[in-house]
Amino acid sequence: MSVPLTLLGLLEREPSHGYDLKRDYDAFFGRGKPLPFGQVYATLGRLARDGKVVVGDPEAGDGPDRKRYVITEAGATEFEEWLSEPVAAEPHLQTVLFSKVVLALMLGRDAERYLDTQRAAHLRRMRELTEVKRSGSLVDALLADHGLFHLESDLRWIDLTAARLDALAAEVTAR
Amino acid sequence: MTAPLIEARAVTLSFGETPALRGADLEVDAGEILAVMGPSGSGKSTLLHCLAGILAPDGGEIHFDGRRIDRLGEQERSALRRDSFGFVFQFGQLVPELSAEENVALPLLLGGAKRADALARARAWFPRLGLDGLERRRSGELSGGQAQRVALARGLVAEPRVLFADEPTGALDSLTGEHVMDLLVDSARAQGTTVVLVTHEARIAAYADRETIVRDGRATSLSGRAAR
Repeated sequence: MSVPLTLLGLLEREPSHGYDLKRDYDAFFGRGKPLPFGQVYATLGRLARDGKVVVGDPEAGDGPDRKRYVITEAGATEFEEWLSEPVAAEPHLQTVLFSKVVLALMLGRDAERYLDTQRAAHLRRMRELTEVKRSGSLVDALLADHGLFHLESDLRWIDLTAARLDALAAEVTAR
Repeated sequence: MTAPLIEARAVTLSFGETPALRGADLEVDAGEILAVMGPSGSGKSTLLHCLAGILAPDGGEIHFDGRRIDRLGEQERSALRRDSFGFVFQFGQLVPELSAEENVALPLLLGGAKRADALARARAWFPRLGLDGLERRRSGELSGGQAQRVALARGLVAEPRVLFADEPTGALDSLTGEHVMDLLVDSARAQGTTVVLVTHEARIAAYADRETIVRDGRATSLSGRAAR
């Protein structure tokens, strides 16, 4: 999660105070990890230094916390570019699982038991996320679904690998 | 730990020369939702059919509520299915000649309830499952998700001790399938019904409390029974 770009996105919606930005960030993106105030203002300071936001006109009676931040054209352009770029498809998600399976087979260990343990861990996490989905808001469900689909895809790989263990063992021990 | 509600020990069953179950062991606690997972052809549906008294195994033992059921005759197994078990299958399997409410009332009618009472109890399920206004429709006039919710109501209307669900969302899209699972879990929990859920989909199994995987006709529990 890129905090500067997410804050720029929130400012693209409307000019906001640091407090409001933190509140909205925590509500939609924090997921149990609130953004410290210090990080909010440090990030806004860097965005202002780089010309991506400016501090708007102070409101009457405003203290130092009541600065309103406004996104600049440069900030809006950067945000739009980021938004329209696809996130990197991560082809090496399985590196750790893959390495463990291959090493287990090379060493004559019980790779199937390892895969079962991993399958149980994945299903445990899927149960937790399903509970989040059933008891939370639609925004929670959206995020939980993202995790669930990734875990499900891992599980499909685990199932396929389990079905191929004998052939894999023959290949990795033949070298 | 209390005794399990359902217990299978070393269950074997072959279809001709082809072994489907090769010594399957399984325990299900009262009130639990257990997912039975496994690849196609692993024997998971066969195991469910044995647990539910639809098939009689060749060997091993199956106990339900402390009573051995694998050696019961067809008539006794039929009575057990009618009185204690409910069923939901992949394609709903509603009776096409009957209305939705008559389909839901079927287990009650087969159990000897008066028609008016059975239909009244059946109708009470329609608003609970978001099926208001569909009581008189026939299965051909229902969407896949609606038909499966009717099948769920039919499976639970007689308040069975155990609901056996075999790929209950297998014919539905993801969102409709999740809606059916939400209703299944909420309804089963509300009336304390134990659920044995056969599925090959991890996202559906994640609605269960625990899962068992069936491979080559043998069952392996991936997580231990909860202390009860």
